[in-house]
Amino acid sequence: MSVKLNTRQVGDVTVIDAAGRITLGEGASTFRDAIRDLVAKGHKKILLNLSDVSYIDSSGIGELVSGFTTVTNQHGQLKLVGLAKRVKDLLQITKLYTVFEVFEDEAAAVRSF
Amino acid sequence: MREPGNGEVQALDTLLDSTLESVDTAEEAVLKIAGEMGFAEEELHRIGIAVRETVVNAVVHGNRYNIRKKVHLRVSQGDRRLVIEVQDEGDGFEMARVPDPLADENLLRHSGRGILLMHAFMDEFQMRPALPKGAEVRMVKYLSKAN
Repeated sequence: MSVKLNTRQVGDVTVIDAAGRITLGEGASTFRDAIRDLVAKGHKKILLNLSDVSYIDSSGIGELVSGFTTVTNQHGQLKLVGLAKRVKDLLQITKLYTVFEVFEDEAAAVRSF
Repeated sequence: MREPGNGEVQALDTLLDSTLESVDTAEEAVLKIAGEMGFAEEELHRIGIAVRETVVNAVVHGNRYNIRKKVHLRVSQGDRRLVIEVQDEGDGFEMARVPDPLADENLLRHSGRGILLMHAFMDEFQMRPALPKGAEVRMVKYLSKAN
């Protein structure tokens, strides 16, 4: 299964609920297109909920980084919430914990923007 | 690739097409063998990621999706260890030319983290030029005493 994305609005924060796998191919490009589409529409506070993402490979990590730079280049913010242990491990191994703001709780994440 | 030795038994020796479907095929085949050996779920996840990253490199960067080129996958089992070898038919690969993905200036690069994950998730990792051409990766994972 590749990734499925659902977008919802919580105040002025756009929450993307992701589910499945973000890997090379369809999963990664689906994610990339969604972020670019949101930014093009003027959404600048984006919270990515990864609580139902079971698997990310290096291409998926690359897409997270690409999403981060796409949003920040437009003076927006992309933050993460609900990381499974495996995804946390990947962010630690790749040192991306120093790049992303990561939250355990959605309400706290929304308040942080 | 070297022949299995040191008490190893060959569990799989196959040629894969240079397509992304081969990535799933390789992961599934290796995980079946590793599962039967008794690796725990978290270790299987790590082995699966390492295999995916290796075969993606072989298909995308080594063989460049060339339908005339194959990815050679060989898996051997030894005494509480799994040996995975992947060879492509590309133009070779120089590890030294891969930017360090952990350097501050490279953290926001979109690619270049595959080898880091292979290193992190396997107990042994080697990459070297293959003969007559291409690159060869050899990775080993040991069953821990907890398994």
